[in-house]
Amino acid sequence: MTTAIEATEAGAPIRREPRFSWLWQLLRDPLGCFGLILVLLIVFAALGADVLSPYDYKALDIKARLASPSVEHLLGTDNLGRDTFSRILHGGRIALYVALVSVGSSLVLGLFLGMLAGYGPRWLDNALMLLFDAVRAFPVIMFALAVITVVGPSLETIIFVVVVTTVPGYARITRSATLSLKNTEFILAERSLGAGTIRVMASHLLPNLIAPLLILASMDIPVVITIEAGLSFLGLGVKPPTPSWGSILNDGYSFIRNTPWLVIAGGIPLIITTLGFTFLGEAMRDVFDPKLKKDR
Amino acid sequence: MLLYTFRRLGLAVLIVCLAMLLLLAAIHMVPGDPAGIALGPRATPEMREAFKVKMGLDQPFFVQYFNFLTNVVTGDLGTDVWSNRPVATMIGEQLPHTIALAIVGLSWSILIGIPLGCFSAVHRNSLLDKFTGVLSVACIAIPSFIVGLYALLLFAVELKWFPAIGAGDSGDLGDQAMHLVLPGLAVGLGWVGYLARFVRTSMLEVLGENHIRMARAYGLPTRRITYVYALKLAILPTVALLGVGVGSLISGAVFAEIIFARPGVGKMVVDAVNTRNYPIVMGGVLVTTMLFALSTLISDLIAAWLDPRVRQGL
Repeated sequence: MTTAIEATEAGAPIRREPRFSWLWQLLRDPLGCFGLILVLLIVFAALGADVLSPYDYKALDIKARLASPSVEHLLGTDNLGRDTFSRILHGGRIALYVALVSVGSSLVLGLFLGMLAGYGPRWLDNALMLLFDAVRAFPVIMFALAVITVVGPSLETIIFVVVVTTVPGYARITRSATLSLKNTEFILAERSLGAGTIRVMASHLLPNLIAPLLILASMDIPVVITIEAGLSFLGLGVKPPTPSWGSILNDGYSFIRNTPWLVIAGGIPLIITTLGFTFLGEAMRDVFDPKLKKDR
Repeated sequence: MLLYTFRRLGLAVLIVCLAMLLLLAAIHMVPGDPAGIALGPRATPEMREAFKVKMGLDQPFFVQYFNFLTNVVTGDLGTDVWSNRPVATMIGEQLPHTIALAIVGLSWSILIGIPLGCFSAVHRNSLLDKFTGVLSVACIAIPSFIVGLYALLLFAVELKWFPAIGAGDSGDLGDQAMHLVLPGLAVGLGWVGYLARFVRTSMLEVLGENHIRMARAYGLPTRRITYVYALKLAILPTVALLGVGVGSLISGAVFAEIIFARPGVGKMVVDAVNTRNYPIVMGGVLVTTMLFALSTLISDLIAAWLDPRVRQGL
């Protein structure tokens, strides 16, 4: 950690924040650190699923069905004799894939729509805000169920539903930040120097918007993973044999009177993931946005 | 206040209408053939056409939407594809179960969450406060269906303290109450966290205000200050939170009803999705969306009634 001292034009030295200081701040918060470890664990497990899995996640072994945890099968097996541990590792991939794709798309789309609402004409702003209110009027799960009835369950359907229901959150943040920034002096100065709308948006508004959006994104990831797992638990998510934590829970629920292990094993990765991302998100918010910091 | 009430009511109706428009548009936009999916791959083209005509799917989009709205206004939500019973009646039968579950979940979380939040605020930065803080975040983060499944596993399957499935005998209130315990636990746990956190934050703000310091200076007992004077003000923002949160309460209820095989709107809709029973799904979505809009409306009106400044916002 080095602290760079720079001389300003007036000659007075100013202290510049060391690079990556936010990371140190994050690590100093015990919960943030804990969250980061959990998240890294999940990411590592999902990325290394092929190497780490002791079995093929599709391999059936009917003789060993519904086995309890043992040395051969760390977390037991499911109703078709498939190794639960391998399925959980591969299920992590699905969960993270859905989360990253949909949160990423929501962020980009929300950023675009929010800037449009904040920077564009008044009628467009009003129309977009009304639209966002309408989207938020649904209980998410009900919206998902309605869409699934018509187009059938699939990974794409889940992503579509999640993007539609989470875009308003990003757009609202972007809009309010854009509105408060658009009449500040540095923007007005830039515009009077002849900068076009696109330039103002891209090089002046954008950098100021990214931090709050990223915080929201990290808070949204566990929500999205929960939605995917929830729909798969209802049998309305990813199709078998694709492993998902939700479908493991679904199998476990069907055989809950035969073995407790499937339900226990299916729930643990979800708990780790949601806790990890939530703790990390909270810590990130405290670091990047001290104004929002709860009560201190 | 009257003017505000009417405006707010108008806005709620507009939002619900727009939401349904959006839903129909989304369904329209997504590639896929509803008739083909509903009838399965073996359906003949004629069967598909007949299905589309029956469901009104052959009409132009805005005609479909207009028909839907006029039907809703007259209380007609269509008929069940399989049994031909009116959807409105079926929802009417199931709704009390869902509402009972939501009320139980919310009640116990209010009883635990609000005192917990007060306690944390009064004993700020104590070890117990920090512990409560972490616990609330954990309660919020863990999905309600995991809580439901683990509760089912532990208390119903292994320990057999509570019944696992159903809603209990319709005449036996005690039995019904026993059947509500575990689902209520699953629905409410996240809310304990939300409420504890929220009440703590608004309590801390209120405790810093002048009239509370004044009360302290007069030597009133701390307990009286906290639970009578401060809580009265701190509860305000929580009322607004409760309205907005009914959406997540409904989502939680869907999972609790499935896990504990309880009757209710959520279970009805999920079963309907599996059998491609389009009218029931649409009816269920409409009713829950209206319920959600109604609860935000009520909480907004309460907030406006309590705080005149809110009325000028609309």
